[in-house]
Amino acid sequence: MSGRLRSLRTAGLLAALAAVMTGPTGDADHPLAGIRGSLAFPRVLFFAAAALVLWAALLGRDRLRAQARTLRGTALGRLAGPAGAGAGNGNGNGNGAGAATRPGATWLSGRRGAVLGHAALLAVALAVPPVLPTAAQQALVSEIGIYALLALGLNVVVGYAGLLDLGYIAFFAIGAYTTAYLTSADAMPWHAPWQLNPFFVLPIALLVAAVAGVVLGGPTLRLRGDYLAIVTLGFGEIVQLLANNADGVTGGPRGVFGLPPLSVELPGVRYSWGLDPLPYYYLLIALIVLVMVVFGRWERSRTGRAWTAIRQDEVAAEATGVATMRMKLLAFAVGASVSGFAGVVVATKQFFNPQSFGLQASLLVLTIVIFGGMGSRLGVVLGALVLQGTAFLLRDTVPPADRFIYFGAVVVLMMIFRPEGLLPPRAHRPRGSGPSRDRSVESVESVDSDGAAGTSRGVADQASPGVVS
Amino acid sequence: MGSAEQISQLAVDGLMVGALYAVIALGYTLVYGVLQLINFAHSEVFMLGAFGGLFACRALVPGDGATPAGLAAAGLVLVGLVAGAAAGGAAAYTLERCAYRPLRRRGAPRLAYLISAIGASLFAFNLAGKEFGRQSVPVPDLFANRTVVTVLGAEISTQSLVIAATALLMLLAVDHLVADTRLGLSIRAVAQDAECAGLMGVDVQRVIVVTFVLGGLLAGAGGFLYAMTFNASYTMGFVPGIKAFTAAVLGGIGNVRGAVLGGLLLGLVESFGGYLFDASYKNVIAFTVLVGVLLVRPSGLLGTRLGRPA
Repeated sequence: MSGRLRSLRTAGLLAALAAVMTGPTGDADHPLAGIRGSLAFPRVLFFAAAALVLWAALLGRDRLRAQARTLRGTALGRLAGPAGAGAGNGNGNGNGAGAATRPGATWLSGRRGAVLGHAALLAVALAVPPVLPTAAQQALVSEIGIYALLALGLNVVVGYAGLLDLGYIAFFAIGAYTTAYLTSADAMPWHAPWQLNPFFVLPIALLVAAVAGVVLGGPTLRLRGDYLAIVTLGFGEIVQLLANNADGVTGGPRGVFGLPPLSVELPGVRYSWGLDPLPYYYLLIALIVLVMVVFGRWERSRTGRAWTAIRQDEVAAEATGVATMRMKLLAFAVGASVSGFAGVVVATKQFFNPQSFGLQASLLVLTIVIFGGMGSRLGVVLGALVLQGTAFLLRDTVPPADRFIYFGAVVVLMMIFRPEGLLPPRAHRPRGSGPSRDRSVESVESVDSDGAAGTSRGVADQASPGVVS
Repeated sequence: MGSAEQISQLAVDGLMVGALYAVIALGYTLVYGVLQLINFAHSEVFMLGAFGGLFACRALVPGDGATPAGLAAAGLVLVGLVAGAAAGGAAAYTLERCAYRPLRRRGAPRLAYLISAIGASLFAFNLAGKEFGRQSVPVPDLFANRTVVTVLGAEISTQSLVIAATALLMLLAVDHLVADTRLGLSIRAVAQDAECAGLMGVDVQRVIVVTFVLGGLLAGAGGFLYAMTFNASYTMGFVPGIKAFTAAVLGGIGNVRGAVLGGLLLGLVESFGGYLFDASYKNVIAFTVLVGVLLVRPSGLLGTRLGRPA
């Protein structure tokens, strides 16, 4: 009985919250006006009804769950236990879907299925944008595409190596400012003696950002966990504040604009990226696919496994011979270089100023990574699409100032109901699906069922003696 | 370099801001000690506390524009503090209930808490902006703010004294609570080993809630004190929140006295750094000092968690 009452309370509170979120606005002189208006007479009936519907849904869900539990209990009793019990634990919420489809989808399983799935997604990504309105295309580039690229980079640091980096956006800034110095003669107070085509800046920015990653990581990666987080946060703030305050070097708060767009000038091919967002979109898709493919190879390599080992238990990894410091530095540098990449694109595409590189932006990228599914490349791209897409759709449907109320609510709900993210990384590669090119793979393909930093308990056997790097 | 008066004035100003940082930093440190998680939404607890105190004072201050004096003034400050603390405590409780407990029940990965806190923070401060308006709102004058005493050439105002005295009292109270009471014992026990503390009969769930609320009370009162000097607005939490977090880490996160030391030190560093270089660089200096300290002492100045050597 108390369970029902509790469900009713939850439903009621959620409905009241929804009422306040969508209701009128108050101000400092009438702080309660908004709330009072939200719960005024005709509105409140609607939300009360919504609460009742939600209550019914909650009760129904509880009942279904209870039935499922009994069913599973009897089934397990027959199948005899410990293995079944373990599976039952994991399948409590969400993981069930993946497990359920696996036996049926034999011809789609394994590598071929993955390749086909990715190809289909890519085809959709290529085909759909031209029919979208320009505003949506614009969002696809500067809000979704760029952030997908950033998230892929941060995924290496957070998702693979398990290092919490809260100043990630600084490398993005470094990439963007590098581009500004090298491509334009007048956008900055100071510039290089020669001007380069932005395409040539891509590798340079990548290198500069990677070096910045190593410079930051060198002294700080000795720190563990949350200390690393605060130091990277500090680094991000320092970069932003310097960009903002050092007018003589960076142009200060008014930002940078008028950089030449990307262009290709080869004999026979001349093309310049102009104001239209679509070409940038396809460029970003190309970069994203490139990064995903490269990281996919990397993930399955010795380096990737070393990162996994560090993420799961740094001490154990070190003890088994992983050069932890070098591997962590590498993760930092790789993540940073992707961010530098994104910086070049954004710098040639649009105006930017130091405000674009604040802590909020770092946190947004981190949110995308966790939201999408830490450690999963497709997951973080999907995370960028869903989160930033939600933000974009909200822009037209709710008052612009209220957008982040909804955004925040979505993030919290997502973490409550699916804390491992939209598309968590596959637990492990299907065994025996095609020959593996890696020598030490047999010894390493053991259980890795969590893939999340900090939750691993004694899964140190991941770092086999084969992974000496 | 400036004169002796200037130096002592800078020190006084720095300590004042530092005391506020320390009060907020305690919330971070307590929660971190118990749950090993950075409560990124703590800055919104601070902001809501400021609004709580602000609205209580607005309702009570006579509308004739006269500045209260004597007992009336003291009473008003007290009301503001209590209302701020209450709002902060309530906000922290709600936060724990809605953004953390469901995750804990599901055994979510550690980073999920961080993201949930970020989401809750976005939600809370934007909702506050919607309900309370998006302008910066001053706290009404609760007392005549004049220079009370001059120490080594530094002028100390009534407001500074009120802030310093309140912050000091709260810091002492928390230190006593954590070090000497039964509740503090259970907080330390949970910080040391939650599972074991549970086996020893500590109600871990309750300790977690109490810790959150305790941090919320402090942050709420701190928010009101902060708003007396710097006004209240829906985005006010962000910067002091980061600073307080920095202070907590500087002193050694999870360490109550470390948070106080870190807060005061950070206030001083900012005050002097802003003077020596340029006001716009004071945050750069603060973070540089933090990075420098952590490189030398990787777990902060005092470097112990609640009850446990790091």
